[in-house]
Amino acid sequence: MTSKTVLHAKHLESGAKMVDFHGWEMPINYGSQIEEHHAVRQDAGMFDVSHMTIVDIKGDEAKPFLRKLVANDVEKLQVAGKALYTGMLNAEGGVIDDLIIYFFTETEYRLVVNSATREKDLAHIATVAADFKVEVTERPEIAMIAVQGPNAKEKTAQVLDADQQAAVEGMKPFFGVQAGDLFIATTGYTGEDGYEIAVHNDGAVELWQKLLDAGVAPAGLGARDTLRLEAGMNLYGQDMDETVSPLAANMAWTISWEPEDRDFIGRDVVAKQRAEKSTDKLVGLVLEAKGVLRAGSKVVVEGGEGVITSGTFSPTLGHSVALARVPRSTGDSAQVEMRKKLVDVKVVKPCFVRNGKSVI
Amino acid sequence: MSNIPSELKYASSHEWVRDEGDGTFTVGITEHAQELLGDMVFVDLPDVEDEVDAGEDCAVAESVKAASDIYAPIGGEVVAINEDLEDAPENVNSDPYGDGWLFRIKASDASELDNLLDAEGYQNSIDED
Repeated sequence: MTSKTVLHAKHLESGAKMVDFHGWEMPINYGSQIEEHHAVRQDAGMFDVSHMTIVDIKGDEAKPFLRKLVANDVEKLQVAGKALYTGMLNAEGGVIDDLIIYFFTETEYRLVVNSATREKDLAHIATVAADFKVEVTERPEIAMIAVQGPNAKEKTAQVLDADQQAAVEGMKPFFGVQAGDLFIATTGYTGEDGYEIAVHNDGAVELWQKLLDAGVAPAGLGARDTLRLEAGMNLYGQDMDETVSPLAANMAWTISWEPEDRDFIGRDVVAKQRAEKSTDKLVGLVLEAKGVLRAGSKVVVEGGEGVITSGTFSPTLGHSVALARVPRSTGDSAQVEMRKKLVDVKVVKPCFVRNGKSVI
Repeated sequence: MSNIPSELKYASSHEWVRDEGDGTFTVGITEHAQELLGDMVFVDLPDVEDEVDAGEDCAVAESVKAASDIYAPIGGEVVAINEDLEDAPENVNSDPYGDGWLFRIKASDASELDNLLDAEGYQNSIDED
């Protein structure tokens, strides 16, 4: 039994090839995922991300609850609308999921978590919430459209009313604002400018059509994966999971260690790993020769080995890039086993493209 | 429904073969195969003058999704390769039976053609997948 988003028929209208994505029938591409990738890097593309799970947190203890639940500190959120990326850890210090938290008031927050992890996330959130005065409400009636690319904001502006345009005018990155029927956020998963727009299911088809009419190209999960990988953004279940420390997943920056007495779940274990420098690390790999680095391939480094967690052909760079988990001692070169041969690759920081340009 | 030209011969591993009438045969992959593979990013071709046997893996089509071996449908000498694919691998997607051709073989034993499928036989083999 697969679920369909409210935009399902619109995808078919645009010629989408649909695939099963963790129980959701989603567009993998609308013909060419490389063309869709370029549309996002060079102009404006949009993704149906309605399958993602939105959870609203309300209550007197919303803030202390979230300070327990996630590794980053919502205390940092002081301006209404400000968003925070973080991991939700288990007691063993593994990543249950990564998520974005939007701050409205100290008693009102919004979480956006992955769809593939929905059930375990909701179960974990409910368990932790039992000790706090909070109300946890899933919002399945809300659809989401991510509009991304250098021209995304300008094209989106054409479909907004005057009040909505005023509400998003000059909004900094990683903010969200409720503007009329839309919740519009300057977040994304591509390394480009743009919005993620939450809209009631009843209005989603109309919004999608207006964006199409404004010249925003529909883009599928295939392009979404190559875009996020070029941007060095993790995909849950591939680059990290419950058995992986955030320190081994390039998520150290999403952990807030101060104040020392904030006892978030998993803190003890990850603090010890941090002090002992005992985890592997996540790096970027660059293959300038022919061929494509693929997830699961063995990475050979001096004195040890690692594994590619995500690999792809980078349409922007014209060669292959990958994320790999390797021993902490890894230097600036490695070899990857490809089709039974060892091939030399460069080791770089795990970010390859930002705002349409190479950052290698 | 994908396009399967009736004048070509096919291997069940999704290569097509066109008789050029001069003892040479052009080889590519079918429209169905390129649809399965998705956007092509690299194509590794054999070298001209390579000798290949029928069924030997002699090229690699690497798409966004996977790297796939391409098998020589018949044996012989490689007499030409499609060098344009170096810069335009997407031709395999956009024109699999035309600009997306891969290589040309001078057959060492033309009777090997009889082992290949006709369009109807290939259609049936896809339907069974």
